[in-house]
Amino acid sequence: MTTTQRVVLGRRRLVAAVAGASALAVVGQHGALAAALGSTQAMGLAEIPDGALAEQVLFALPGKLPLIKKTYRPPNFETPLRYFRSVITPNNAFFVRWHLAGIPEVDARDWKLAVGGESVERPASYTLAQLRKDFPQIEITAVCQCSGNRRGLFEPHVPGVEWGVGAMGNAVWRGVRLKDVLAKSGLKSSAIEIVFDGADHPPMDKTPDFVKSIPVDVALDENTLLALDMNGAPLPHWNGAPARLVVPGWTGTYWVKQIVSINAVASPESNFWMKTAYRLPRGKYPGATFESQLAEATEPITSMVTNSLVTSVAFGQQFPRGKPIDVAGIAWDGGSGIEQVEISTDGGEHWQRAKLGRDHGRFSFREFSLIVPTKAPGTMVVMARATSRSGQTQTEQLSHNPAGYHHNVVQRLYVEIV
Amino acid sequence: MRTLIALLALAVAAVAVAQESKVQLKDGPGKDKAMACIACHSVDYIEMNSRFMNRAAWTASVNKMINAFGAPIDKADIDAIVSYLVQNYGVKD
Repeated sequence: MTTTQRVVLGRRRLVAAVAGASALAVVGQHGALAAALGSTQAMGLAEIPDGALAEQVLFALPGKLPLIKKTYRPPNFETPLRYFRSVITPNNAFFVRWHLAGIPEVDARDWKLAVGGESVERPASYTLAQLRKDFPQIEITAVCQCSGNRRGLFEPHVPGVEWGVGAMGNAVWRGVRLKDVLAKSGLKSSAIEIVFDGADHPPMDKTPDFVKSIPVDVALDENTLLALDMNGAPLPHWNGAPARLVVPGWTGTYWVKQIVSINAVASPESNFWMKTAYRLPRGKYPGATFESQLAEATEPITSMVTNSLVTSVAFGQQFPRGKPIDVAGIAWDGGSGIEQVEISTDGGEHWQRAKLGRDHGRFSFREFSLIVPTKAPGTMVVMARATSRSGQTQTEQLSHNPAGYHHNVVQRLYVEIV
Repeated sequence: MRTLIALLALAVAAVAVAQESKVQLKDGPGKDKAMACIACHSVDYIEMNSRFMNRAAWTASVNKMINAFGAPIDKADIDAIVSYLVQNYGVKD
């Protein structure tokens, strides 16, 4: 009898327990399921589209570890689950996300940042050396998460980059406060948005350049940085060298990479990436309000929703009876900080508070862990549910939206106690 | 086509060209027209978004590429491209 045959009975029960769960992958030597690369079903979530599962491969961009390739051009690469077992995501494992294929290698020695716009008194220009020398250098630990992280898990599926869970990372960002840079140029009271353009460009003249804006009050927040370093090293090329915007708590779309210009403006930025893309049905989700960009039916995505990720347990994994399981992972939110993470091992009937790890600040991943007993043989449903200090918690039912944003559905990890 | 190839060469100078060339669209009627997509992006975008889009969804996608992103696609080719995508990477209604 092969290993596979021996576990068939267990698997059958498991499969029956999960409505719609298809094709559990081959069972390995130690009872753990050898799931397809980047499978989100293996994380107790809905599965990404078949085509996405089929086309993705591990591939190392120059300077990066092998990451989950979603698309080559423009490059979109996801961080594999195992790198989320540490609270800080290493630079060479940090996800890569670009909208447009024209990505120049910026020479930091030639690079210049232009600060201007109708709502500053004195336009200015800075070299990298000036930014490092003339302004206080500030550090903050913050999660950068793509708005569409987990888009691939939407049912029904929605078009776009079919991300699994790894379009995010947590890093120590170091650089200068945006408010300090704006103050040097004399920000006028007429300013309502600050607009950012990077060195990246579209392959076609007609394609809208990737330009984003943030509200002036967010730009003046002491936590909003122009980051030059990431985890103690200069920003990697793929993550926006030599300078990128860091908007703690807000989704990655605002964290403009390879910044070359900052403009303070008195009217709302109206390009495609603000007016059409990155929008949610108005009023459907909690989060910061971007007043000057509200439309009748839609609003821009802003701050992240509360979420968590179990990193120590895989769907279908087998555990010996009597040996406790460590249910561990990370939790994060839109900037209030994590209040608690609760664990359930009975499909959500009872919940128990996990122990939280060291607090790296309210914008960081927060580690959690709870040792749970394994008393009786059979299927156990492991769930983790994070709640933020602002009282926002994760959902058990997907809240659908056309662009596939804000997926924060609680995982249901079916495991077998044998 | 020559313009497309020139543009492609420019755009991908720094990216893994060799790897991208391993990504192949399925053979079928309309594939030649669908190859226009490579002017702006690798075609793994297409397989990644399969199979869940019907004719209406693929039509919306192709139109978005033309109208929002300025894809160099002749309007006369839209039908052939959509049919190819539905047949090879889509679902029937």
